Amino acid sequence: MSAIKVIAARELKAYFATPVAFVFIVIFLALSGVFTFYLGGFYERGQADLQPFFGFHPWLYLFLVPAISMRLWAEERKSGSIELLMTLPVSVWDAVVGKFLAAWLFTAVALGLTFPMWITVNYLGEPDNGVIITAYLGSLLMAGAFLAIGSCISAANRNQVVAFIITVVICFIFLLSGFPLVLDFLGGAPQVVAETVAGLSFLTHFNALSKGVIDLRDVVYFLLVIVAWLYATTIVLELKKAD
Amino acid sequence: MIKAEGLTKHYGALKAVDGISFKVEPGEVLGFLGPNGAGKSTTMRMFAGFVPPSAGHAEICGFSISTQAREAKSRLGYLPEGAPTYGEMAVGEFLDFIAAIRGLRGSAARNSVEEIIDRLNIRDVVKQRIETLSKGFKRRVGLAQAIIHDPPVLILDEPTDGLDPNQKHEVRQLIADMSTNKIIVISTHILEEVDAVCNRAIIIANGRILADETPEALINRSRYHNAVSLKLGRDADMAVIATALGNVGGVAQVETADDGRVITAFPQANAQILTAIGDLAGAQAWPLEQLQLESGRLDEVFRTITTTEAHP
Repeated sequence: MSAIKVIAARELKAYFATPVAFVFIVIFLALSGVFTFYLGGFYERGQADLQPFFGFHPWLYLFLVPAISMRLWAEERKSGSIELLMTLPVSVWDAVVGKFLAAWLFTAVALGLTFPMWITVNYLGEPDNGVIITAYLGSLLMAGAFLAIGSCISAANRNQVVAFIITVVICFIFLLSGFPLVLDFLGGAPQVVAETVAGLSFLTHFNALSKGVIDLRDVVYFLLVIVAWLYATTIVLELKKAD
Repeated sequence: MIKAEGLTKHYGALKAVDGISFKVEPGEVLGFLGPNGAGKSTTMRMFAGFVPPSAGHAEICGFSISTQAREAKSRLGYLPEGAPTYGEMAVGEFLDFIAAIRGLRGSAARNSVEEIIDRLNIRDVVKQRIETLSKGFKRRVGLAQAIIHDPPVLILDEPTDGLDPNQKHEVRQLIADMSTNKIIVISTHILEEVDAVCNRAIIIANGRILADETPEALINRSRYHNAVSLKLGRDADMAVIATALGNVGGVAQVETADDGRVITAFPQANAQILTAIGDLAGAQAWPLEQLQLESGRLDEVFRTITTTEAHP
């Protein structure tokens, strides 16, 4: 456990040692504002809730989260520091989880910095703050799932740009797996397969949470996705770390 | 003690390391020699737990690097080739991180970091980002990272590569200081280094061990071992001298160097020819500028072993 903490702390510090952190946070905040107010029609709806804000999160994450996750392992491989990290007395799992937690905590900070939105809606009306908190939780869980996918892809690639693009594609498939775009693709597959794939959609699970419905299945779903992809990351690293 | 038994690594059809076995005891400084691509780094990486062996196994202080990786790694200090670190971190931060991950806490961690900073002379750059440092400082930070927890086993992959002569001297001094109670393995292709710091040398090429001896024994393999070189004045008649040297008892062969003024007499096995040649030179009044007993040339031994024995 302590190794995870040490690695996560180092990693988190590294975000803020470079302009990456600030650029990411500024762009995240700016875009989420733009989406909420212009595309989401925040004022026009005349409702005191944050639906338009959270509704765009999957699409925002689709491009911004891979930008964080792409460097997780690709950079270590490129600079050679992976050899240092992997020869320290820590397990691969500790390293994977430590780095993931740092990235997740970082997105949590960015997400947390959207609090003026929450203040605004409370100032303008009387929203259901329980719904908002649940939606924040759902958003964070979804970001974690995106990051875990990105972590695995980053471990498999030395090149960050390649890691970014592949991550975007895979995240896109996961996001829309309940929708015709993906399901039509499985046209000939048996009903069970189609239903299973549909059940994997991030969007379906997130939409429930963002409306304030805490269904344990949605929470467990995201946690399982995270653990599964992190486990896949350790396997990829064991196989490819020295290549 | 560290031990390799039949350690093998292949990448596809290429056998990078081919069934290497050896043991190293405390107090030994083992120099790992070989041409580039001989398998030095791969062997060290297998010991460090970075590359899993295809066959065979490696142990550090009795712990298998495959099945008891954490115990083995915690007893090892490892400097990877090129001394990679986290460039965006300050030197002090980086060493704090290593100390923490090595399980050092509180004052123990602080003391080790402070001690290592003084020991490697990096006090002036503690607050600088590693990526802004010169090559010499980066290498020292890499070394600091490897010895911060005072490990019983040290594996250093080309520790002096790219350093200037003063820095090389410092690093060798450091290795010599630590060598009494530790196991130290260094890889290098700088032969003077083996002579300077190692008390044992393993030469590998094409993934196999070709020689495992003390540096002195290796040098003694040189045909220059106990040979006598004479440097002569311009007016000397080299042909006459060469013939005369060839007739000295115990001389096996005589060679004149390209510039035509240095002549070397090689002894037959175990023969001592220095006195005889000195007497002859005095009696014949050769215009001698220099008379030298050769101790042997490591680079020549290295070349002979790695080029002939590797391709029989």
